[in-house]
Amino acid sequence: MSKQIAFYVEQKHCTGCSACQIACKDKHNLPLGQNFRQIHAYEGGDFTISGNVVYQNTYAYWIPVSCNHCVDASCIAVCPSKAIFKRQEDGLVLINEKSCIGCRRCFAVCPYQAPQFDAANGKMKKCDFCQDLLQQGTAPACVSACPMRVLGYGELSELQKKYGDTSWVKGLPNTAKIKPAWVLVPHRDAVDV
Amino acid sequence: MTDTTFQEETIIRTSGSHNCGGRCIVKAHVKDGRIVRITSDDERPDTDKRPQLRGCLRCRAYRSYLYHEDRLKYPMKRIGKRGEGLFERISWEEALGTIADHTKRIMAEYGPEAIYLSYATGNAGKTSEQVWMRRLLALYGGYLDYYGTYSSACTNAATPYTYGTVNSGSSREDWVNSKLIILMGFNPAATIHGTNTAYYLKKAKEAGAKIICIDPLYSDTAVALADQWIPIRPTTDSALLDAMAYVIITENLQDQVFLDTYCLGFDEDHMPEGIPAGNSYKSYILGTGTDQVPKTPAWAERSTGIPREIIIQLAREYALNKPGALIQGFGPQRHAYGEQPSRSGAALAAMTGNIGIKGGWASGCGSPCRKQYVGSIPINNPCKAAISMYMWPLAIQKGTELGKREGVRGVDKLSANIKLIFNLAGNCLINQHSDTNGTAELLGDENLAQFIVVSDHFLTSSAKFADILLPGDNFMEREDIVLPWSAGDYVLFMNKAVDTVYECRNGYDWIRDLAERLELTAEFTQGKTLEDWLRFIVDETRKENPGFPSYEEFKEKGVYDWEYEEPAIAFKEQIEDLRHHPFPTPSGKIEFFSSRLWELDKPAEVPAIPKYIPAWEGPEDPLRGTYPLQCIGHHTKRRVHSMFDNNDWMEEAEAQVFWISVYDAKKRGIKNGEKVCIYNARGKVILTAKVTPRIMPGVVSIPQGGWWSPDKEGIDQRGCINTLTKYQPTPLAFANPQHTNLVEVAKLDQMEAEK
Repeated sequence: MSKQIAFYVEQKHCTGCSACQIACKDKHNLPLGQNFRQIHAYEGGDFTISGNVVYQNTYAYWIPVSCNHCVDASCIAVCPSKAIFKRQEDGLVLINEKSCIGCRRCFAVCPYQAPQFDAANGKMKKCDFCQDLLQQGTAPACVSACPMRVLGYGELSELQKKYGDTSWVKGLPNTAKIKPAWVLVPHRDAVDV
Repeated sequence: MTDTTFQEETIIRTSGSHNCGGRCIVKAHVKDGRIVRITSDDERPDTDKRPQLRGCLRCRAYRSYLYHEDRLKYPMKRIGKRGEGLFERISWEEALGTIADHTKRIMAEYGPEAIYLSYATGNAGKTSEQVWMRRLLALYGGYLDYYGTYSSACTNAATPYTYGTVNSGSSREDWVNSKLIILMGFNPAATIHGTNTAYYLKKAKEAGAKIICIDPLYSDTAVALADQWIPIRPTTDSALLDAMAYVIITENLQDQVFLDTYCLGFDEDHMPEGIPAGNSYKSYILGTGTDQVPKTPAWAERSTGIPREIIIQLAREYALNKPGALIQGFGPQRHAYGEQPSRSGAALAAMTGNIGIKGGWASGCGSPCRKQYVGSIPINNPCKAAISMYMWPLAIQKGTELGKREGVRGVDKLSANIKLIFNLAGNCLINQHSDTNGTAELLGDENLAQFIVVSDHFLTSSAKFADILLPGDNFMEREDIVLPWSAGDYVLFMNKAVDTVYECRNGYDWIRDLAERLELTAEFTQGKTLEDWLRFIVDETRKENPGFPSYEEFKEKGVYDWEYEEPAIAFKEQIEDLRHHPFPTPSGKIEFFSSRLWELDKPAEVPAIPKYIPAWEGPEDPLRGTYPLQCIGHHTKRRVHSMFDNNDWMEEAEAQVFWISVYDAKKRGIKNGEKVCIYNARGKVILTAKVTPRIMPGVVSIPQGGWWSPDKEGIDQRGCINTLTKYQPTPLAFANPQHTNLVEVAKLDQMEAEK
């Protein structure tokens, strides 16, 4: 298997604090409405009231989501101008801005809404794993920002060896076909026990 | 201080100096005089012993605050009615001249007790505006001081009646030794109550601790870390703790040796002399004392809303899983009788023998027991009078009637009403105080508070009440030294990243100019520049701390960590050797029963032992017939109090919304995302509803810190909780009861149709 860099998310202890989202926004100078990494919130359950007392079966959790640089990325397949490509040496899914025509098909097909339209230049933009920082040997902005140390990154196969191969939890769309390059350690409420 | 990385970016090491539970390393990436990026602690090794001081979203989004178009740019004077928000640009010369004139006049006419520096924490640096104004006014004849904080006044006042100190907190590194951690109204993931506090909880969990969260909200901390969430009605924490004590006593699970050795007033055999029988804590819990009501789980479930079987489970778990840490946040003590839960929690910690040991926690206030000395700017206020920080509206209206019974310290009675207010980098003049509508009316009367000076970055709700409004510099534009206020054995140096913009000025600069107008330049400055003063602070610090670096080295590194072999354990010395290390209480013991409180002779509101006192506008108030919901104002990640409310990046990360349970929303036909009106007799707020299972039925929340924005009819359009709060000081601390409010909620379109 060729090299594939990937994110690791210890989702079970994510506090939804959004430091990753803001660190990314700041690093990439993103306007309002654009966030390459976003916190998706899920919650549910209800209460039962019996006399004076309250019983709950509430659940809630967050998933910090960015582009997952999928092994079989659907955005590449639908791009009419071949602007999106998978880089051989590390498996990053990148957008060649020059070729991008801003048609947003990649956005429509991505289960994570990772590619985002930049109204300023009519192009699509998305997480590039902070490749400039990677080149300097430092972690992506979101990873070094995480106050809970629940975000990490590394070679996909190594992460899988260490943390298992979960890449889907409840609430996420079915992504088995595209093989997203991330490893999740799920929240207790995000899996069926 | 600086290191150049690729391209022409310079990285400046600083830290946030605004009020915050955390204190982190902030690195400003500067290019062509502008900050182009903000990073945090990402170079120093991230170790177990010393985790990096990583900033949260708030400081990381600072660019969007720093370069905000609404920033105050020039000094201004009021041209409309007070609070209307109409101002006209003036020169610094005119602004300082006017301030000096009023200061001279009011000092001459009324004396120092008429001059008040209001509670303000927007700048918490060692050399903030607040510090300099205190120094100047102290030299000019003095000012009326305050004590306490809007955050923690009740526990600050109450905890010492049990332990003799507020420093009942061990190091957070010790939580890995706990088998059980109970968080009562403690949500450090959002409040950042200490940089890395939530991370230390995660480490404790990984080490095997079970975590239980007791909170009206399924908090961010609870979602990420709790094994169990127990929803509780606000203001009833003492009822829960009383019932836990009942279970522990009746099942004989208490650590009797601990109680007999270290405690006063637990049972009738260990009471101070001369107290009539039936006044011990145990008698109160079992109902054999004066009230004849056993504090059973069945009794507590009526007020708390917690099923009795869960109370029993919780009590047994805490008593049997030693060491355990019962950690109280500040939320549960910001209510009508907020003094009680701090002492009730400490009582439970004592009953289970969890004090002074590894993995335990003494509960109560929980300020760190390990402190380090860092020098300060000398201030010697000749005026000895001080009021509780929450009492200033009364001191404006009838200061001369206030004395010791109203919590006045230093003098028997105040000699003047407040006439001049300096509100420097603070929003407690309106927004973070109680009853915005009532307070606005009070401040609007120019015969009462005759002159108000405000310094800030933006036209906040409080700034609108200024007579003279000054534009302050912000933390990227100045040098300072900052400490964490809640936890952490370190101190940070803030380097200046960029130049101050427009006519914004540093506090030292303009207050020095004011000193000149009061003919105090030499006394005020002692010939020193701001840098000289920072050097002075470092020199003072070095005297007490061998090994503390030179000014140059500290500035260069930006951080100094104190090194310790072991985590600090609160009251370790007392528990190991009580004879030589008594508790700093009158009896030298942990006081379940406080003779000092007994002597106050206000047993219904300030009992000598901790008790559950049903709150006005609590769950048992008959007013619930009209206003059935308890409204609190919880802290969220996106603001520090009211700071950053106007930062769009924060609104995007977490919009200001009204929390209502799926249960209560359904009853009222309210759907998620709909506009609702929250109201009571004191005011109305319009906000978008977040219908959620993360808040318990019967409780709603307006996240605190939204900027009060009344429309023409006075209806708040932004969601300032204090539009609905009541101005009523608590009985012992004279503190703010912010989470004690009954309200009703209706769909906005329905209300408009009924008009």
